[in-house]
Amino acid sequence: METGLLFQLVLNGLIVGALYGVVAMSFVLIYKASQVVNFAQGEFMLIGAWACWWLLTYWQLPFWIGFPVALAFMTVFGVVLQVMVLRPLIGEPVISVIMATVGLSIFFQALMKWMFGVFAQPFPAIFPVERIRIMGLEVQSVYLLSIALSLMIMLGFWWFFNFSKHGLAMRATAFDQQVAQSLGISVPQVFAMSWAISAVVSAVAGVVVGVVSGVSSGLSFYGIKVFPAVILGGLDSVVGAMLGGIIVGVLENLAQYVDSQWLNWGNMTNIAPFYALIIILLIKPYGLFGTKNIERV
Amino acid sequence: MALAPAGEFHASYRADMTIMPTRNSRRALLLGIVLLCFAPLVLGRYELGLLINIGFMGIAALGLNILVGFTGQISIGHAAFFGVGAFLSAYLHERFHIPVILCIPLAGLGTALVGLVFGLPAARLKGLYLAIATLAAQFILEDFFARAQWFTGGVSGRMTEAVELFGIRFDREESYFYIVLAFTIIMFVMAANLMRTRDGRALIAVRDHYLSAEVMGINLAYYRTLSFAISSFYAGIAGALYAHYLFFVSVEAFNILFSIQFLAMVIIGGLGSVMGSLMGAAFMVLMPEGVQALADMLAGGWIDRTLKLGASISFLREMAIGAAIIIFLVFEPDGLAHRWKQIKAYWKLYPFSH
Repeated sequence: METGLLFQLVLNGLIVGALYGVVAMSFVLIYKASQVVNFAQGEFMLIGAWACWWLLTYWQLPFWIGFPVALAFMTVFGVVLQVMVLRPLIGEPVISVIMATVGLSIFFQALMKWMFGVFAQPFPAIFPVERIRIMGLEVQSVYLLSIALSLMIMLGFWWFFNFSKHGLAMRATAFDQQVAQSLGISVPQVFAMSWAISAVVSAVAGVVVGVVSGVSSGLSFYGIKVFPAVILGGLDSVVGAMLGGIIVGVLENLAQYVDSQWLNWGNMTNIAPFYALIIILLIKPYGLFGTKNIERV
Repeated sequence: MALAPAGEFHASYRADMTIMPTRNSRRALLLGIVLLCFAPLVLGRYELGLLINIGFMGIAALGLNILVGFTGQISIGHAAFFGVGAFLSAYLHERFHIPVILCIPLAGLGTALVGLVFGLPAARLKGLYLAIATLAAQFILEDFFARAQWFTGGVSGRMTEAVELFGIRFDREESYFYIVLAFTIIMFVMAANLMRTRDGRALIAVRDHYLSAEVMGINLAYYRTLSFAISSFYAGIAGALYAHYLFFVSVEAFNILFSIQFLAMVIIGGLGSVMGSLMGAAFMVLMPEGVQALADMLAGGWIDRTLKLGASISFLREMAIGAAIIIFLVFEPDGLAHRWKQIKAYWKLYPFSH
């Protein structure tokens, strides 16, 4: 038993978990505002990361120009996607909407593979990579940056939903669309905005992961790891998504530790969250913070 | 009565529940089956291979349609159950030396049991929660396939045997075609009949309004689990047919993309349509051929050179699958079955279609 390794893994879990949390929050944002389960969340990360990579390597733009341009592109992309694909499906059964986003997911995954190939591409060095020791644990500086960025995004979300006009409009729409409409909130606009914000935030997370470990189609797996996180936290809770993400991040690293020490099954990192997901669905399907959907006839 | 009148004029329950509305439609179906029986004499091995693919894919798609289209539940893990059927059939034959032709239905039953295990949580869940649960099932089963050396042969995969019946080995497309044809007909007739029974109507009631269904005395948990088991049974049979067609089952084949392909078949064919499942399967099997043909047509031209079509044909196929799902959902949510009905109505009512 190595406690050093254990602590290191927990720390890694926190860092990765914060990123899961960010992606999970942008997933919850779409779900809350427009009741759409977005299976293409990981592809948002992928597209954002590839777009930024392309601007930085192909056009040789400096990071401080290329990154905002990529984010601007993602804003437009999110709105166009919502207007072209999701808007015609308003009022269709849940299953149709789910399948539409599943379709989007494989379409964009294949498109990205076609455009950029299947191999992982490293980002040009943007930040100095050095190892910092904190309390005897080794941390790469990029990771610290990533955790700081995650915290900033979370704070941004908190401010947005509590104090900004658009955030309040979004919450009102999530609460009751008709009432929101009668108060002069444009529901289509809110839907489009939620997709745009979600795409941008996912893209930021995608770029962070890309900077740390290179851009490849494996990024889209983050979008699938989001599901254990959001189910754990509750599908319509932003705080829950954050916490769920961190728990899943820690859980998969702990599973890896247990696996490497005793079980030797392999691949537990990727599969353990899904076992957890099934168990949560059996015990507490609305998660830690989700609203219970009580049906009365 | 050669043609059905426009509208519903059934005077008896018997007339309402019949599968074949007119004598002509029955004749057309029988003629179609007889013509298919002569297909191996006319078609080449490649075309027969495509027909065989349509056959077992159609069976699996029908299973998924019973779950999605008739019961209103969703599954994003159908390929995993398909894989369970494939490996189970191979395993049963190798381990217990059961004749392959018996292994196929047994594999179906075994897969139904596995489906029950995953279907029990499904009894409590619906809509998107179920979608996520089956997504988890897909990854868990995929991981199990990769790990269970004794069952799947691990990374190297598992060899399978050909079907042997009355001393004939069905190891070529020309002969195996008849096995698949027989299974396809049996499974489709079973599904069409299921929808006429009490259980089938209960499934549809669960889909249309599950609260009303429950008030009417339909046991929701029982029928949701049952539908999951039936759907897995179909997937298992289809998987076994796949295994004994290719003689080799690889662990990597049953990934999530394959699951999504089954969903695409169901959407494209038409949710809640038995024949639609077959149309959807045919569409999905033939679409890659279409993409390939298109790429071949453009090969060597400037489009090919700038877009690197030849090297990335597999990505183009995946994109076509995704695009087909979205296009059908947006423009033709009722699928090919609905379109086919409209085409029939057009000719029947010509020239007074309104």
